[in-house]
Amino acid sequence: MADAAATSPSAPRRPPPRRETGPLHWAHRRFFNGAHNVVLTLAIAWALVLIVPDLLAWAVLDAVWTGPGSACRSAGGACWAIVAEKYRLILFGTYPYEEHWRATLAMAIIIVLAVASGFERFWSYGLFAVWVVALGAVFTLMFGGVLGLAPVGTHEWGGLPLTLLIFIGTVVGGLPLAVLLALGRRSELPVVKALCVGLIEITRGVPLITVLFMASLMLPLFMPEGVTIDKLLRAQLGMIIFFAAYAAEIVRGGLQAIPYGQTEAANAVGLTYWQRTRRIILPQALRIVIPPLMNDIIRAFKNTTFVSIVGLFDVLGATSAAIQDPEWVLYAPEAYLFIFALYFVFCFAMSKYSESVERKLATGRNF
Amino acid sequence: MSVPAERPGRRPPPPRPPVKLRDVWHSASFRAIALQALVIVLVIGTGAFMIDNAMVALAKRGIATGFGFLTREAGFPIGEGLIPFSSEDTYLRAYGVAILNTLKVAALAIVLATLIGTLVGIARLSTNWILARLAAAYVELFRNTPQLVQIVFWYTVVTLLPHPRQAWNPVGDVFLSKRGLALPWPDPHPAWWWTIAALAAALILALWLGRRAARLRRMTGTARPALPWLVALVVGTPVAAWWIAGAPVAIGIPAMAGFNIRGGATLSPEFIALLLGLSLYIAAFIAEIVRAGIQSVPRGQIEAARAIGLSLGHLYRKVVLPQALRVMVPPAAAQYVSTIKNSSLGVAIGYPELFNVSNTIITLSGNTIEAIVIMMAVYLTISFVIAALMNWYNHAMRIRER
Amino acid sequence: MSDEPDNSRPMIELRDVNKWFGDFHVLRDINLTVRRGERVVVCGPSGSGKSTMIRCINRLEAHQEGSIIVDGTELNDDLRRIEAVRREVGMVFQSFNLFPHMTVMENLVLGPTLVQRVSAREAEERAMALLARVKIPEQARKFPGQLSGGQQQRVAIARALMMNPKVMLFDEPTSALDPEMISEVLDAMVELAAEGMTMMVVTHEMGFARQVADLMVFMDDGEIIETAAPDPFFASPKSERTKLFLSQILSH
Repeated sequence: MADAAATSPSAPRRPPPRRETGPLHWAHRRFFNGAHNVVLTLAIAWALVLIVPDLLAWAVLDAVWTGPGSACRSAGGACWAIVAEKYRLILFGTYPYEEHWRATLAMAIIIVLAVASGFERFWSYGLFAVWVVALGAVFTLMFGGVLGLAPVGTHEWGGLPLTLLIFIGTVVGGLPLAVLLALGRRSELPVVKALCVGLIEITRGVPLITVLFMASLMLPLFMPEGVTIDKLLRAQLGMIIFFAAYAAEIVRGGLQAIPYGQTEAANAVGLTYWQRTRRIILPQALRIVIPPLMNDIIRAFKNTTFVSIVGLFDVLGATSAAIQDPEWVLYAPEAYLFIFALYFVFCFAMSKYSESVERKLATGRNF
Repeated sequence: MSVPAERPGRRPPPPRPPVKLRDVWHSASFRAIALQALVIVLVIGTGAFMIDNAMVALAKRGIATGFGFLTREAGFPIGEGLIPFSSEDTYLRAYGVAILNTLKVAALAIVLATLIGTLVGIARLSTNWILARLAAAYVELFRNTPQLVQIVFWYTVVTLLPHPRQAWNPVGDVFLSKRGLALPWPDPHPAWWWTIAALAAALILALWLGRRAARLRRMTGTARPALPWLVALVVGTPVAAWWIAGAPVAIGIPAMAGFNIRGGATLSPEFIALLLGLSLYIAAFIAEIVRAGIQSVPRGQIEAARAIGLSLGHLYRKVVLPQALRVMVPPAAAQYVSTIKNSSLGVAIGYPELFNVSNTIITLSGNTIEAIVIMMAVYLTISFVIAALMNWYNHAMRIRER
Repeated sequence: MSDEPDNSRPMIELRDVNKWFGDFHVLRDINLTVRRGERVVVCGPSGSGKSTMIRCINRLEAHQEGSIIVDGTELNDDLRRIEAVRREVGMVFQSFNLFPHMTVMENLVLGPTLVQRVSAREAEERAMALLARVKIPEQARKFPGQLSGGQQQRVAIARALMMNPKVMLFDEPTSALDPEMISEVLDAMVELAAEGMTMMVVTHEMGFARQVADLMVFMDDGEIIETAAPDPFFASPKSERTKLFLSQILSH
């Protein structure tokens, strides 16, 4: 029998046949791959040809970028001049003109810290303390009254600083509350568990606007005579409770995912409940739930718009107020498109970050 | 020695032993009870304190407490509703109108969002690169902007539409103006309600019969076509009901009359804006849910199905869709509940849904706490009903494992 | 708890211990005595309650009737007693239960630094010494996920030893390991036994049992069926159930 393991000369590696490469093939694969795709592509192309040139004409070519309202009326395109005219109102609300630098500095602190918080190497319970200190600095900047800064009451705060402040306040205040609620819901003490379940389920069953409404209108009712709570604070409390109720369920899912053996091992070594929760269970659970928590965080950012309904002038509220000007009221859609873009930039950035975190968590441990 | 069937050595658990006072402090159960007692005292104490303050404040303003205010005259009009309402009607009826308005806009938004979302979700998975990219752009655009901004934007757009005199007339008797969308619509007649009821009943019956037919087919192997019968049922019953109840044919046609368009049905600008703002936003999330659901079916299943020789239609209907639905339904239901709750955003543009009307009632009657309790109770009921339906569905559809 | 080693007093005593899970009577009239330095191997079919019994000893499970006395301390609801017992008893689990977000070194020093208030430096020295004993000192800075199953279990043994326990409990320590890693863990346990540690091991590894055990305990259906020294236990088991179990487990 001949040696079955006799080798034949191996075929040399060759590039693929010419038909499989090249720009024509690339286009065919993506746009014309199959009869139905040919039809689809042509139909879409036709629709685009109908819409895009008109859209471009309106948005860019015939648009008016600066000038008074009368300039817009005579032109046929988009009136971006409303943005040029009103952008300070939209971005800062009724915050005094000369103090805008303070608001800008406050926003910068928040954004820098938010970006830094995205890196895992900074994650620890200490980061939370840093946030609290930063918020204190932001409050001082916005409030004034000390260090030679002119005082600015909360009723004058508005625009992007207000939006960011409410957003950060919601997350920084809401996450610890969410953790406590989640732990409480898993507690073996029936009273604690019942309270947490009740709070979570009721808050999740009603719209955010009702929670805000209750905080804004009902809270003063429940306070003793003469005690007033700042309007901004009331709204913030409502946002925090709402966020915490949803985030608590997510954290609870993470807690449930930790194998019971971890608890047993910690018990066997002799750790107390809080030692075990703080050092073993929570670090693992929180890491697992970062992607769904990011979704909730992004939603909290979008939900800051709700405060405009209870009378605060966040970006949306400020815009709605700014377009009341009779000279510009016809061009309100352009103003809203502007803040559309603003919100989109923030949310899109956060959602891309969330996706990258999800990818890294799926592949390995450390990032 | 054979293993006995009964277990003679087993006993029921003993009663709990008495607690020795000396070791009580360090006993785990004592600490648990003490902590809980403390919590109860704190909660009840704070609650009592707050309620007392509220009572004092309400008494000062001369506001009576209790739900009796529901029978009082409302004193305010409601812009639109499925049932007639005037300012002489009671607060209770006002609530009814508001709830119906909420359900109307939410139901339509859910249907619209599901249709659009499913199409966009499938488009996302298309092999056509342009289509997939366009669908992705839609999702990113509508997901990453606040819903309230979208609603207010659409409302602004609708209010900038031309005056009814220059209403936009795309087709036939349909008019779009700043007063809303006017459509031909059958004049109100009880027969139409019977028709709708008959349609709903026919659908449920058809669903049930269809499943029985499918089961019969599976067990006996005969393939008696049931579909034509079911279609006849779903189409015939409402038509029969309509016929029996009077066969009304009067249809209102919108036409210019003075400064306005009269006749037919008009969808108010508030309704249109809220509908658009709700459905387009939720559609983006539904699209992602649909995409994730379809992608959750393991590749290997599709390969196995094709290896058996299943056609593409059968493949999707029998293999992909049932499994994808299991994954899709829970988050979709959550989005639906979210839609119902976010209908409350109608307050920002003046649509008279539950929250908006509750607000007015609070302002006019002063019964803040009762009104808020009623409003929260309605929302909670809706949420729990859908959650219960979801749990039933999950239980019925679960993949049985060992 | 007494400090002087009293060699006449047993290390672990279980007297008429009964435990229920709800209505299910899972441990029935358990009577067992483990002397200082003794090595006890507990075996039996699954569901026999062996894991439950061993976990009652450090109060990971609570018994409802009878008494469990560990080195003179009777276990009950009293938190001080539970803490005292857990300080003296080390446990190794079937699924290792190492803390995945901490390095091996951090896993080891966590107990001593938090519970025993030992200084970090002293704890680290102790840790390195123990890692050397289980033959993996080079893994100190790695994360558990980067180690093989056998290495992880040896780290778990070291972690338990960090608390200077008087008794080591093993709950099926090799059942979750691939066959080629079982011997490295058993070797570590054999060394531990040679050094005189009181051990109670729930396991199916009969070769290990024959080598190391002073006492074999066979449990079935919640009760202790038979106890004997290894040679008489394997050569001539008295109960039919023991014979059946041994024939099943020794056939391959």
